[in-house]
Amino acid sequence: MDAAGTPVLELSGLSKRFAGVQALRDVALSLRAGEVHALMGQNGAGKSTLIKVLTGVYTADAGEMRLVGESIRPASPLEAQAIGLSTVYQEVNLCLNLSVAENIFAGRFPRHGLAGAWRIDWKKVHADAQALLARLNLQIDVTRLLGSYPVAVQQMVAIARALHGKSRVLILDEPTSSLDGDEVARLFALLRQLRSEGLAILFVTHFLDEVYEISDRITVLRNGERVGEYLTSELNAPALIAAMIGREFHASTATATADTVAREPLLQAHGLARRGAVEPLDIELRAGEVLGLAGLLGSGRTELARLLFGMDKADAGELRLRGQPLKLPNPTQAVRHGLAMCPEDRKAEGIVADLSLRENIALALQARLGVWRCISPQKQQALAERFIQQLGIKASDADMPIGQLSGGNQQKALLARWLATEPALLILDEPTRGIDVAAKQDIMDQIRALAREGLSVLFISSELDEVARLSDRVLVMRERRKAGELPGGSSEAAICALIAGAAA
Amino acid sequence: MMKKLMAHRLFWPLVTLLLMLAVNASFNPGFWQLRWRDGHLYGSVIDILNRAAPLAIVSLGMTLVIATRGIDISVGAVVAISAAVAAWMIGGQLVMQDGVQVYASRFPMGLALACALGVALLAGLWNGLLVAGVGIQPIIATLILMVAGRGIAQLVTEGQIITVYYPPFFFIGGGFLFGLPFSLFIVGALWLALQQALSRTALGLFIQAIGVNPAAARMAGVRQRLITVCVYGFCGLAAGVAGLLLSSNVKSADGNNAGLLMELDAILAVTLGGTLLTGGRFSLAGSVIGALVIQTLTSTIYSIGVPPEVNLVVKAAVVFVVMLLQSPEFRRQAHALVFRAAPGAAA
Repeated sequence: MDAAGTPVLELSGLSKRFAGVQALRDVALSLRAGEVHALMGQNGAGKSTLIKVLTGVYTADAGEMRLVGESIRPASPLEAQAIGLSTVYQEVNLCLNLSVAENIFAGRFPRHGLAGAWRIDWKKVHADAQALLARLNLQIDVTRLLGSYPVAVQQMVAIARALHGKSRVLILDEPTSSLDGDEVARLFALLRQLRSEGLAILFVTHFLDEVYEISDRITVLRNGERVGEYLTSELNAPALIAAMIGREFHASTATATADTVAREPLLQAHGLARRGAVEPLDIELRAGEVLGLAGLLGSGRTELARLLFGMDKADAGELRLRGQPLKLPNPTQAVRHGLAMCPEDRKAEGIVADLSLRENIALALQARLGVWRCISPQKQQALAERFIQQLGIKASDADMPIGQLSGGNQQKALLARWLATEPALLILDEPTRGIDVAAKQDIMDQIRALAREGLSVLFISSELDEVARLSDRVLVMRERRKAGELPGGSSEAAICALIAGAAA
Repeated sequence: MMKKLMAHRLFWPLVTLLLMLAVNASFNPGFWQLRWRDGHLYGSVIDILNRAAPLAIVSLGMTLVIATRGIDISVGAVVAISAAVAAWMIGGQLVMQDGVQVYASRFPMGLALACALGVALLAGLWNGLLVAGVGIQPIIATLILMVAGRGIAQLVTEGQIITVYYPPFFFIGGGFLFGLPFSLFIVGALWLALQQALSRTALGLFIQAIGVNPAAARMAGVRQRLITVCVYGFCGLAAGVAGLLLSSNVKSADGNNAGLLMELDAILAVTLGGTLLTGGRFSLAGSVIGALVIQTLTSTIYSIGVPPEVNLVVKAAVVFVVMLLQSPEFRRQAHALVFRAAPGAAA
């Protein structure tokens, strides 16, 4: 085994640029044998790009990579794997309809005959697969279909496939995002074993608890640059979050300027849950207030919003709207009851790109009115013009396809779509992501103004300063659970501490 | 002005149609002639319109399905089912009534037509449920009925060709009203009704939204599943109407061959009309023009005397050229090629 001090893999000065965006700038990383190294950063910090450069999906513009002292430059994932950089991606990309053994050996089956010209040696395939998995403490029938095993086992099969005799480094990109508690424990036991065998493990995750449970060292990226490398034992959770977000927090306690006016509850949920998405939780949304929802990616914030809007069905719990029981089998019902939601992924679930700005704005109101009470093109036009002016949407005219507008204007148009339905509750999932500063400010001003007029707003954002500035109350989620609730006027530091939670 | 005209979505489909008609006319000097005989209008053009009617109707239904990002390859089989049900229920036999020989139908004709259309509607709804309810890919979901439907049709006809002997039935596909074939009125009425339904209600907007981005449409509260089921239902109904026209026109129903490969012609008509298979924006007028293009092509091939054994090859070649002509990408490349080549040729 290598001495703990010498790096197996050393990256220095790595830079990568995509059409005008500097994805990585002068990034350094060193992995030592027998350690689990966590790679942390917010969305867009450059984690994925770094991994893709490492595994040969992208080629770096500048910089050097050294594996056990030798300079390397993998040109393809296959090459990276061959020289000992084994990767398991976030989504298990194996074939569920093939057997476990087939998955492990697909593309490199041992064969009979000279130079493998003859048929596949199935006996050897099965025996080797069995042996390989036994090394990972996994005793399963390798001839059964992969799909018949739970996700955790699939994950381990993916690791088994990635590892081979010459593997020096194992890269895991968010391996736990689809696992439950027991499965995570099982995976971690495997990682500890591999670590003790001298493998260097690079571990990407959004869950702070996991970082503190398994990792020895942490590298933090922000905006494509390395913030620093830390020993896990020397970096507490608030400091880690501060490094990720890029703001220093003073440990000032929350100064609540809570509104004492008891507002009427609009939407209440009790024990609302969905397996693998949200653990049972209670939430109350009141008319005329902005409830901020904070938490790291994967903490269950988006999943909660989808439950509240009927996009996904809850397994348990009940919803009440103005005290009356509410069933939400689909978004149509939610819209009919005066709920509205701007989804996180604007392109995939928000805009209808080929249709005009006018049609996009009228869509939800039309859906609420039903198919028979048609909004005439003239009324659509009037509606669109009203909101174009009110929200300051920049478009040459209302007949322009919405796909041609900028991100900020698309977001404003989606806001207009929902405001046109005169909703009682507006759920905004990351409404300010990927849009310019001015549009961001417009949207935040608009949200405040709407709340003053009596609208209830659920505001989800990764930008803690926005949450702190905008919210009357802040609900914090961690690990798919409600971590706590803070009164309005709480500082970013207080929110941050709650996000870090038990790990602090 | 010209630019604006050329940018219109129906410009290229219309150019194609006119080109087809011109070719036809150049081979057949009497092509444009219309004759008035026995109070009916006769002529090649009328003939093409009449023969294109079933395809045009099927294409209208197909247009909506394709607009929702779907496809329905069972329409040919549904045509056969509808034709078989109608023919079997009408039948017609010679009976003596008050000393006069008359043909009587097995069931009242109204009931027979309603049953045929009802079965076709059910077939469409079945497709819709498989697609929107069960979540099967449209091409697979409708493949089931494409195969099974012909079996059902043959079951109804007991494997025979059912001949109909009931003159009132012949009016639907062979009769004349105000001097024009009755089938044209059916196409017109259906087209008009559909156009009204799409523009007077929000159906048009919803169908397009579903076709462009189903997830976003659902998110906006559009009842995506229900609408998808209805659209497939309408497509089945349209195929049923086409089945009535066809069987009435040939006075029989052949479970094996009625509407054979019509689904492909319908998809071709929709595509020729400028509706993309990827869903979203659609054009009913375009699809009708597409159906006319296909029928004109078929007529041309027969009238200029292409030997039967090569006529499918000729048809394929023409369709290929038409598709290229309608592709903006190809036109741009061809344009660039011509204008780059020109200076070289001068040098």
